Amino acid sequence: MHTPWTDETIQERMKLKVGLAEMLKGGCIMDVTNAAQAKIAEEAGAVAVMALERIPADIRKDGGIARMSQPKMIKEIQDTVSIPVMAKCRIGHFAEAQILEALGVDFIDESEVLTPADEKNHVDKWPFKVPFVCGCRNLGEALRRIGEGAAMIRTKGEAGSGNIVEAVRHMRQVQEEIRRLTVLRPDELMAEAKNLGAPYHIVLEVARLGKLPVPNFAAGGVATPADASLMMQLGAETVFVGSGIFKSNDPKPRAEAIVQAVTYYDDPAKLLEISMDLGEAMEGIDVASLPEDQKMASRGW
Amino acid sequence: MSTIQDSRPVGVLALQGDFELHEQALDRQGTPHVRVRRPGELDAVRALIIPGGESTTMTRLIDRVGLRQPILDFAESGRTILGTCAGLIMLAREVEEDNGKHGVEPLGLLDVVVRRNGFGRQVDSFIDLVELGDGTTAQGVFIRAPRILATGDGVEVVARWNEEIVGVRQGNVVGLTFHPEAGPGSLTMWGV
Repeated sequence: MHTPWTDETIQERMKLKVGLAEMLKGGCIMDVTNAAQAKIAEEAGAVAVMALERIPADIRKDGGIARMSQPKMIKEIQDTVSIPVMAKCRIGHFAEAQILEALGVDFIDESEVLTPADEKNHVDKWPFKVPFVCGCRNLGEALRRIGEGAAMIRTKGEAGSGNIVEAVRHMRQVQEEIRRLTVLRPDELMAEAKNLGAPYHIVLEVARLGKLPVPNFAAGGVATPADASLMMQLGAETVFVGSGIFKSNDPKPRAEAIVQAVTYYDDPAKLLEISMDLGEAMEGIDVASLPEDQKMASRGW
Repeated sequence: MSTIQDSRPVGVLALQGDFELHEQALDRQGTPHVRVRRPGELDAVRALIIPGGESTTMTRLIDRVGLRQPILDFAESGRTILGTCAGLIMLAREVEEDNGKHGVEPLGLLDVVVRRNGFGRQVDSFIDLVELGDGTTAQGVFIRAPRILATGDGVEVVARWNEEIVGVRQGNVVGLTFHPEAGPGSLTMWGV
């Protein structure tokens, strides 16, 4: 009887899953709701698109239960672009994930943006051939998802808010906790694993590497090239932009600008040049004014 | 070309993609390297790696920041260029798109025709042994890999997988459909 860490087939598969996440580094992954938007995203230089029926800002506005998107709509996007197509399943809804895998999506986001299907368990991601990305607010949450087989971690941020404050909080929290692991003595790491609620062997690996063992991306509230730069400077390796592009008043130039902002995130002169003439960003929400039960980030654990 | 050992570092094109995996591979073999994101930075390197990633993204960035002609001049200068996966797509003469036109304008430095996502989607990605030109084998990591459909007369085959051509060299330019940087081996055999 093998565990996922001793099973050669699963480990080889994991290398391919993390490998695709590596290919997406230094890029921008854009939420799209139809083939026309997917085409605009690809032309602007997106490294991947996230196919979903409603962008988070509208899910927030409309209310109700948010589920996996219609396979037909995802298929139309797959038939339109050549870049990877991602799609979301509800937290813990492994049957939605199985359907998305059968459809051949390139990455599954087990996402708090959709209404959770299981309040206790997340999807066991190891048996899947398709890689998963999961959100986190802190290191313990990130390492639990990696323990379940996630090939990429992203901040949760606060999706659909147009407000970067939560993504910053989550990225800083993860980075601070990683830095802490690197200075602890080996005999202190088990107690820290207990504090974090994280698998011990992954805690050891993070202490050794000084970073997560899978790519670490930013998501939830990115609306401008400056937001993208901020997240990259805080340690993100790619940014997801959800509502920020297609809720702005001129999506194409904004999409192109954010693509460049990720590559030249540490070059203020270049950021200034690409931030000119962008038009209005999406209207944002003050996250502090959101009632606790409307915060998507608190879904999952 | 000078016969004096060129002491400049290897440049890794870091516009987008798995440039960090290439940097880690260069670290393992003790080769100094720098990132290249701007035209002027090409003068300071002895070879250039174009990494894996998304060729649509790379083609947009190369043109928006004016790197196309400088990379062509770099090849003309005789210095080595290694392209892996999307890097090979960027080097090809012609790109056959997998569904419709996606506007990848390749550099045309390798006389090959490639097809993007030639094996299918991510669930079709795989790892298998590839046979190298010198008779040895190496681990081939194929991630949403392109396929080489045709090669011109001046192109030498440097890697095969099940008889299929997966690596080519034309003068100082090398292109591979797989990811040697993701395997345990060195990149020195590819001229970097």
